[in-house]
Amino acid sequence: MSTEAFQPARILNQGSTQEKAEGARLSNFIGAIALSDLISTTLGPKGMDKILQSPSNLLDSTITNDGATILGSIQISNAAAKILIEISKVQDDEIGDGTTSVVVLAGELLKEAEKLIHKRIHPQTIIKGFRLAKDIALKKLRSVSQDYSENQEELKKYLKKIAMTIFSTKILTPYKSLFADLAVDSILRLKGSTNLESIQILKKTGGLLKESYIEEGFVLDKKIGVGQPKRIENAKILVANTSMDYDKIKIFGSRVVVNSSSKLAEIEEEEKKKMLRKCQKIVDHGINVFINRQLIYNLPEQFFTDNGVMSIEHADFAGIERLSLVTGGEIVSTFDHPELVTLGTAKLIEEIMIGEDKLIRFSGCKEPSACTIILRGSSKQILDEAERSLHDGLAVLSQMVKNPKIVLGAGCTEIIMAQAIEEAAKETSGKIQIAMESFARALTRIPTIIANNAGYDAEQLVSELKTKHYKGNNTFGIDVMGGKVCDVQKIGVFESLLVKEGMLLKASEATEMILRVDTIMNSAPRRRGMN
Amino acid sequence: MLRFDSSGKPFIIIRDQDQKERLTGSEARKANILAAMTVANLMKTSIGPLGMDKILVDQDGEVTATNDGATILKNMQVENPIAKLLVELSQGQDDEIGDGTTSVVVLAGALLEESLSLLEKGIHPSKISEGYEKACDIAVKHLLTICDKIEFDKENYESLVLSAKTSLGSKIVNQYTDKIAKISVEAVLAVADLERKDVRFDLIKLEGKTGGTLGDTELIDGIIIPKNFSHPQMPKQIKNAKIAILTCPFEPPKPKTGHKLDIDSVKKYKELLEIEQNYFKEMTDLVKKSGATLVLCQWGFDDEANHLLLQKKLPAVRWVSGTDIELIAIATGARIVPRFSELTEKKLGKAGMVIEKSIGTTDEKMIVIEKCSNTKTVTILVKGGNKMVVEEGKRSIHDALCVTRNLIKDNRIVYGGGAAEISCSVALNKASKEITGIEQYSIRAFSQALLSVPIALASNSGLNSLEAVSEIQLQQLEDKKPFLGIDCLSKGTSNMKEQNVFDTLRGKIQEFLLATQMAKMILKIDDIIRPTGQY
Repeated sequence: MSTEAFQPARILNQGSTQEKAEGARLSNFIGAIALSDLISTTLGPKGMDKILQSPSNLLDSTITNDGATILGSIQISNAAAKILIEISKVQDDEIGDGTTSVVVLAGELLKEAEKLIHKRIHPQTIIKGFRLAKDIALKKLRSVSQDYSENQEELKKYLKKIAMTIFSTKILTPYKSLFADLAVDSILRLKGSTNLESIQILKKTGGLLKESYIEEGFVLDKKIGVGQPKRIENAKILVANTSMDYDKIKIFGSRVVVNSSSKLAEIEEEEKKKMLRKCQKIVDHGINVFINRQLIYNLPEQFFTDNGVMSIEHADFAGIERLSLVTGGEIVSTFDHPELVTLGTAKLIEEIMIGEDKLIRFSGCKEPSACTIILRGSSKQILDEAERSLHDGLAVLSQMVKNPKIVLGAGCTEIIMAQAIEEAAKETSGKIQIAMESFARALTRIPTIIANNAGYDAEQLVSELKTKHYKGNNTFGIDVMGGKVCDVQKIGVFESLLVKEGMLLKASEATEMILRVDTIMNSAPRRRGMN
Repeated sequence: MLRFDSSGKPFIIIRDQDQKERLTGSEARKANILAAMTVANLMKTSIGPLGMDKILVDQDGEVTATNDGATILKNMQVENPIAKLLVELSQGQDDEIGDGTTSVVVLAGALLEESLSLLEKGIHPSKISEGYEKACDIAVKHLLTICDKIEFDKENYESLVLSAKTSLGSKIVNQYTDKIAKISVEAVLAVADLERKDVRFDLIKLEGKTGGTLGDTELIDGIIIPKNFSHPQMPKQIKNAKIAILTCPFEPPKPKTGHKLDIDSVKKYKELLEIEQNYFKEMTDLVKKSGATLVLCQWGFDDEANHLLLQKKLPAVRWVSGTDIELIAIATGARIVPRFSELTEKKLGKAGMVIEKSIGTTDEKMIVIEKCSNTKTVTILVKGGNKMVVEEGKRSIHDALCVTRNLIKDNRIVYGGGAAEISCSVALNKASKEITGIEQYSIRAFSQALLSVPIALASNSGLNSLEAVSEIQLQQLEDKKPFLGIDCLSKGTSNMKEQNVFDTLRGKIQEFLLATQMAKMILKIDDIIRPTGQY
């Protein structure tokens, strides 16, 4: 009777592994810190970009410095690193910007925590200290923020500055003023709504980034049917989602069975008649523009041409929803009751040229908040990156309108928070104090990394900055362009409170989560191709 | 295994025995006990307010970070049969009580560990079992003598919040315990029937959403469904909604038997076309006729039907999940209708307000059904910085809900921080002296095993565990105060009454019973047969 084969201590499935205590912590720290180091070089106005190559198609590459985009496309098996990727994604969804800083801060916090654990401080004690520090930082952050909800005029000025701060870390830097204007302009049209749906971003290769502009109304990247009017004033628009290729009968299991070609012809004839009847019904709505989500075949298109109706086919789903939003028409799928249908309206629909492409512009729509930002650029990669950057800016601005609180950028706020924590730490006794100091250190690492990325003597600059703050100059920060410490209000670097708040809260929540772990259990990966 | 019949021929009892492994007698027992101890040791570090979490990576690389014993064990991919039993044990505690899923496993492991030395002394396992049984009896009786009652009603529920806080204290949500404990208790009280001492858990919905922090978790009076209206132009707000709940799609019927419908002439083509058009009209007409002002459907809509609904001013939601449908049906008093023809006014549910809201800053919309006519239903919307936190938050809140429910069913409590265990252990020690025979040993072993939970608690809190526990033991003996426990959070007092740390009596008793049962069961096994070379 063999006993060796029984390994009673082994309780997990074949292939499953377990990491415990120090091992687990080490693997968490290494994973998370490696990830944050990877991305920290993209931080700040002089941060570098990354090329992301898709594994399937080497030609299909993305160049970006957007944290969420980078993290979203790298494949990672480390559990702690996955948590960091997740927080970056949530920051992106919720606020739109600060996706890199949140991961970098979490990474720095974990680095500090690692040192503390080497000093034999219990992770729970570290968590306690970090929580306390986070609360102090948050309180300080809120107290130094300025609220402009009362002063709309001032707010507009600051919106532009905030947009410029955001764009200054992206590819749009050389034209940040232009893009900031574009972003602020389009956001103000929304009148407080956070629905970015009605701002359309259209990318057209050709031209330069600085030739991008904002187009009143709505631009649809589609073509008008052959032989139809290219310009319609006082348009009455029917927005539809119906099949205009061949209208199959949806009753399940039906099929056409014929035994002679004449019968086939009869049925085909009937099919055509059916389509034409449908077209007639559509025209009976008294419209002059018909836009369909699905294809429009030649026969109905011909019919519309004959009736002087402009028809636009294959406007995709998002396009249709936006159109119905902008023109105020409902999306129609049945045509028996024209009296019940709300038609969309536009003062003018015309074909315009951008670069070499023909597009359709709807102006004077019911919903005046709609606008389209036309992005120009010399390559697809540039356009994609520009769109991402612009989107970040728009997202933050739209939140700003709702919650107009502003803090100083350029590392100033981080230092203020760090110093508030250090002050409080002095009055806290016990090991928690050490953890709080570590938290403050992690916060100061952010300006350090930004200065480092810009190629300056970061430690020197940050220590100068700290001295300034100790002396009570609480508006000082690092001017990354000039490489010196200066008054942030003068260089006009402002950021949204929401971004900073999100960064602080999410990073500390993720850190806490990772610190709490003392065991990692990996299941055996699912075997592929078993069935 | 070879046996010989009367004529001396060997015959085989176990089929293909050369391919099977077998352990018998004490070896089998030891192997089993070792397996159980391994699991218990794994769980030990999760006990208490300073316990640690575990990260579980599943087969597809998805990450779960949790402190909940039942969840850890469930996702652990255990293979050893004894370990599997412990997984079930934890599951049992989870189903029955909802809390204490870690402690029960640790206790069972400790009971088995103690039995190891008894076995070595040559005590028969069934004797040990009997002793454990008796010890468990004594312990439970002792619990009844040391328990306290807490008083509460719909307005004064402070005491309930305190016990929910004990349950939440060991989880990641402990930063916001005050708020989350309050939410949990309010949710339970909202749906509770205090007279019948009954809580219907299906009326509390837990919905998770990333964004914000755990502190932004909120209690919503009504039901949330994470869906939009089927047509963007439908009204976003419906007052005094009459709700039709349908489990049939707005599509032409699909008979389940296979069939074919041949079109071989123009006439048939036309006929069929007409039938098709009528289907949609009939469907929407039937719904409209019933007087419904809101349609919730478990299935999809055809584009044409969708537009007809809009034209008839019938806001509709498609692809509502089955569980949501049931909940809404209960809450609004609606009947779930499987066919359009069966829809009548009586079968409609009523709600004071249905509104589409965007929650958070992303474009995701949710539909909130408020002021349901029939029963009170509430939703707890759990927020968090990432989806792992949200998931863990949901699990923790579930535990807190369970604790509150248990208190409503039975308002007796025992003190936490290991106080109850230590008190029982002391009582057992005393009792063992009055019992003669071998049972005495088992009872002492049981008493020793009970200390495993406070020891783990103390060691997780960074205390010198054995010293701390023995100190409390001594104090309890001297002062006769069964509410002295381990001071995990260094608050300066070991008086759990002052620290307001308590567990439900029900949960504690269940924990003892289940762990004893499991230990007995494992002790009874004396033979393991399993195939080899399977892998």
